[in-house]
Amino acid sequence: MSSTVPPVRSTLKPAISLSNVTKAFSTGTVALQDVSLTIHEGEFLSLVGPSGCGKSTILSLIAGLSSPTQGDLTWQMPDARRNLAFVFQDSALLPWATVQENIRLPLKLAGISRSASEDRVAEAIELVGLQGFEKSFPRQLSGGMKMRVSIARAIVTQPKVLLMDEPFGALDEITRNKLNEDVMNLWHQKRWTIAFVTHNIYEAVYLSTRVAVMGVNPGRIVTELDIPEPYPRSETFRQSPIFGQYRYQLAEALALGMGATVPL
Amino acid sequence: MSRSRSSLIPKRSLIQRVFSADVLAPLGVGLAFLLAWDLFVQITGLPPYLLPRPGLVLQTLFENWNELFSSLMVTLQITVIAFLAAAVSGLGISVLFTVNKWIERSLFPYAVILQTTPLVAIAPLIVIWLKDNTLGALVLCAWIAAFFPVVANTTLGLNSVDRNLTNLFKLYNTNPWQRLIYLRLPSALPYFLGGLRISGGLSLIGAVVAEFVAGTGGAKSGIAYQILIASYNLQIPKMFAALLLVTGLGILIFVGLSALSDALLKDWHESAVKQES
Repeated sequence: MSSTVPPVRSTLKPAISLSNVTKAFSTGTVALQDVSLTIHEGEFLSLVGPSGCGKSTILSLIAGLSSPTQGDLTWQMPDARRNLAFVFQDSALLPWATVQENIRLPLKLAGISRSASEDRVAEAIELVGLQGFEKSFPRQLSGGMKMRVSIARAIVTQPKVLLMDEPFGALDEITRNKLNEDVMNLWHQKRWTIAFVTHNIYEAVYLSTRVAVMGVNPGRIVTELDIPEPYPRSETFRQSPIFGQYRYQLAEALALGMGATVPL
Repeated sequence: MSRSRSSLIPKRSLIQRVFSADVLAPLGVGLAFLLAWDLFVQITGLPPYLLPRPGLVLQTLFENWNELFSSLMVTLQITVIAFLAAAVSGLGISVLFTVNKWIERSLFPYAVILQTTPLVAIAPLIVIWLKDNTLGALVLCAWIAAFFPVVANTTLGLNSVDRNLTNLFKLYNTNPWQRLIYLRLPSALPYFLGGLRISGGLSLIGAVVAEFVAGTGGAKSGIAYQILIASYNLQIPKMFAALLLVTGLGILIFVGLSALSDALLKDWHESAVKQES
């Protein structure tokens, strides 16, 4: 894999735009207030913020699982809306189905025959490194492996847009680092458009071409930060001073986003 | 990892399983009880028409085996038909309930009423209405006793689908039919099987109650009719022998349904997964 510097954002085509989006629930909670955000084609965008800042709400709006109370959500990328995959925080696997059957599920529901989907399922299993576990059931797998199944199930549909909602939030740090590396390499190979929700600054800096920092009460975007570092990013990047600088900038923005109502 | 686990742990042989604590402990209690019963009758000198000795019950069972066993088969037939009807109709009713909330709202209270009305009270009516079809009357009574646990459990299961999975299926643009087949029914399977285990026993109880009611009206039927006649004739050992058969059948039904449940859920559901420590 050759090393590449991510293209400058202004040269990328917009894929999904939220303009002045507000989302309020019937309970009176305002999850998002006046949020404007554009996700570009081929971008790895992370949404970082404290609990309750509405970062997951943005994903569910994009996925069409809920709709904005005010404002608009526009898709500029042709066909992307139907080529969308979602990775949930808990792996959300069917407990009664094997690894293989879980990964085949989206193809089966789309009416693709078993023989036609066989190669694609095998390829997805290989991409996430689950060879040998095809016939295992989810309960026999560790948390990290379940997450791999969940990722394989997302990529088997060859999505253009991949939404990931705190996928590694429940994993230990070693497993998380390994999966971060794998996801970064997959993205580097396939150039999907990824929107990645996390509350972990390290993860956001390591993975993303751009990070949007969110604040609470009400949920809003505080700042956006480009991370124009070359891919694939290595362990040395994680230890470098520049990594620390990005982290520091994000931490400051996060504090700002919480400081409005919560004294630190 | 999990692949090599099964080969590392030696499987328990049949002999080991038969002589496990799970079998020996209740067996010991049972034997002690029979011994106490036998001693009690010997010491107090109670006549057999009040309380027969266990040996006499067993002897009576062998002497009347053909008659009692064929009666038991009649009861088994009623039980099985009622149970299968309860399983199929229970599943169908709960699927209808989840297809449309209005159906559940309007019908569920009546299912509860049917369940809470004492069967002994309505069985005579059913027997009178279906005078020319005793078998039908008995099956209907047993079905009334058995169908509710299936409906209640399966409805609960169909409504207990994991939220993330529901969202996932929404994302895949699935139709209600796909959600039912690939998501809701498999999610409800453990609940459905739990309902079947309860309703298996209830089918038998329903059949026995109905046979009693029909028997008092003079209609011949299965093993409960034998118990009734034996009690009229003060053949207490024969009553006990028939009772033994009914109990045995009840245990067999429960064990059979538990085995079915374990076999269907063994790969994925906590209730059937063998714990290792």
